[in-house]
Amino acid sequence: MRLHRPNLLLEVLRPLGQLLVFILGASAAISAITVLTAFLIRGTRTDMDLLQITLILLPQVLIDGIVLGFMYATIALGYTMVYGVLEFINFAHGEFFMFGAFAGVEFLVWMQGQGWLPDGQGWLAYLLLAGAVGVGMLISGSISVSTERIAYRPLRGAPRLVPLISAIGVSFLLQDVMRFYQSTANGAFYRTFPTFGGFSERITLFALPLDDREITIAIQMTSIVIIVVGSVMLVGLNYLVNATRLGRAIRSVAQDRNTAYLMGVDVNRIIAVTFLIGGALGGAAGVLWSFRFTRADPYMGFFPGLKAFTAAVLGGIGSIVGAMLGGMVLGLLESFAAAYLTIFTRGAFGAEYKDIFAFAILILILIFRPSGLLGGKTTQKA
Amino acid sequence: MRRHTLALAILLMLAALVAACAPAPEPTASEAAPTEAAAEEAPAEEAAAEEAPAEEAAAAGTVIKIATQSPLSGPQSVLGTAIKNGAQLALEQKSATLQEMGFTVELAPYDDQATPDTGVANATQIAADPTVLCMVGHLNSGVMIPSMEVYHNAQLAAVSPANTNPTVTERGYVEVNRIVGRDDVQGVVGENFAREEMGVQSVYIVHDKTSYGQGVAEFFRQSAEANGMAVLGFEGTEEQANFDSILTPILAANPDLIYFGGIYSQGGILFKQARDKGIMAQFMGPDGLDASELASLGGEAVAGMYYSSVAGPANVYPATQQFIADYEARFGEQTQPFAAQGYDAMGICLQGIEKAIEANGGQLPGRAQVAEAVRATAGYAGITGEVTFNDKGDKTVATYFVLQVASADPALWNTNQVVKLLDIPAP
Repeated sequence: MRLHRPNLLLEVLRPLGQLLVFILGASAAISAITVLTAFLIRGTRTDMDLLQITLILLPQVLIDGIVLGFMYATIALGYTMVYGVLEFINFAHGEFFMFGAFAGVEFLVWMQGQGWLPDGQGWLAYLLLAGAVGVGMLISGSISVSTERIAYRPLRGAPRLVPLISAIGVSFLLQDVMRFYQSTANGAFYRTFPTFGGFSERITLFALPLDDREITIAIQMTSIVIIVVGSVMLVGLNYLVNATRLGRAIRSVAQDRNTAYLMGVDVNRIIAVTFLIGGALGGAAGVLWSFRFTRADPYMGFFPGLKAFTAAVLGGIGSIVGAMLGGMVLGLLESFAAAYLTIFTRGAFGAEYKDIFAFAILILILIFRPSGLLGGKTTQKA
Repeated sequence: MRRHTLALAILLMLAALVAACAPAPEPTASEAAPTEAAAEEAPAEEAAAEEAPAEEAAAAGTVIKIATQSPLSGPQSVLGTAIKNGAQLALEQKSATLQEMGFTVELAPYDDQATPDTGVANATQIAADPTVLCMVGHLNSGVMIPSMEVYHNAQLAAVSPANTNPTVTERGYVEVNRIVGRDDVQGVVGENFAREEMGVQSVYIVHDKTSYGQGVAEFFRQSAEANGMAVLGFEGTEEQANFDSILTPILAANPDLIYFGGIYSQGGILFKQARDKGIMAQFMGPDGLDASELASLGGEAVAGMYYSSVAGPANVYPATQQFIADYEARFGEQTQPFAAQGYDAMGICLQGIEKAIEANGGQLPGRAQVAEAVRATAGYAGITGEVTFNDKGDKTVATYFVLQVASADPALWNTNQVVKLLDIPAP
């Protein structure tokens, strides 16, 4: 029997459309709630017009939130890939992410040492960035595959908690290997992303008047790059899983490993490939993260990893588009909480409470949708 | 017999390896000691294995160790290593008097990793080693404050080259001294400069939630509020990379100045991201920002900014020419802030030990005697100025500086100009 040929255009457009609709919807909803809150508590502050401040900051907070959302989402893709196939939470994913970041940064630092980094805007800068992302993907992908072979495969028949603990061990090991390497090679733990190209340039979208000055709403080139790369990763992965022969094999292993084996699918190879893809995506996300936030350090994987894992669960773990949506919700919540908590509570709750606030909302969402935003539809087994 | 020797040598090598891998004591010098010992002992044992222990016991009686504690690894290692190197240089140059008295002086450097837990664990180890008579350290007040409880209980003299939080000396421990100024003065010096010379009318204060960073930020805030400068926000963060969330409210508040109470590793990135976001406020901070890393992290964003300090660059002190030359010759790198202070702190330790030995009739003194002698330091001619301790362990008169970052190029960090210099007695 021959399966129907997937429509290429549809496979590309559908996840993009879902993502776009979701970003617009979530942004509108969270903005509306914030503005409404500002309107209701407007009377509590006399020193400034709360509603006006809220509205003026809104575009910038939205942009930051969406960019952060894309960052979390790209990391979450790796978690969700592995979980979808093995039902195993790969806690070392944050460290694959960190290795990718270091690989990319080291590559660029080396290029800088050779004097090959251009100053101005131009195609060469993009090419180098793509090169750094490529190096990050290569290193992270290979570490991911080796980890699977050494630390996970021998434990595949064991109870579910055993490989989980193995993953936590690998995570500590990788952190300290990088810390050791960096402190002997550079004397410091962290590396700074070299400044090159015109990436820190800001594109002013519009300016809003506030009292006697103007607040310009701008988006950085880095943010645009992250949004574009994140979208490409989502579309590429979605296409690979849903529309190729390899993807069909991956899905069959996810559905029922034994039956897939009986049908002639090389299960070990498919699982290794899944780890390769998941790790490579993590590596790319790591390079982008240090590109956006200018540094890489050995412990950088922990919090983003934890949050991306949350994003994956929120979106419905195992679902690719779900991971994207979960990341977006988390990014927006964090960004809004950080920007408005200080202003709304007159400084009583500062930006440092953003995580508590964001995670409180997450608990609420998960109470009402325990299998995540897109869960149940795509996760096959419980 | 031969096989025994071989086994012994292997055991010794393993021990050296374990010592080198153990995280708590910083390996650089303590590691060197066992390996040398192993090398010396191996042939000695071939000749006469039984005599070795007796020799060791005889030598141990006259060894005096001086410990240093500072972050030698991690993001703040630039400053921490400068303290250790400065102290090491002083020990090498100034221990001749003690050698003549028949004592061997050794440096025992420890890595506190800028974390209180590690600092206290190291302090316990240092206190447990009876040959340690004095301690030079720490870089971070947040590490010094819990660790000094251990020094106090062990009656071990500690001379701090960098801790500025008032609590360090306010507990009134006879063992704890410092050769730099205090944050309750430094914060005020910074605030006065911002208000009077930079024309700042409103400030947004960010700090790193440590005793040091939050402490100095609080003093800045108190002084600002007392003098009518508008404080638009006071925010703490442990974030290392993503400052978006802190910066958006700052963008709305539009302050004249962002004051960051903390260390350069966070400050450089915070300032850079603030400029990238379009915040045009001026930047300022305390002496924790004083390292060339600030320029390599912050780039153009930090060029021209001001920071206050309790430790001027080595070149403002008239007596440091020789020190700078010696330091560069010995360690093959530029001096960093606090290197000269590390040198002086070690000098005071050595002088204190000498006086205690004299008072004790040439015999090895107890720790309490050394602590008393160190506290009694008066008119010590250090390269960073004259040191006389008051009854709390503060310098009677400390010097405070305001400096301006000369360039975005980290290599030019040592050309930062002192724009203001104040001698203020300890409060």
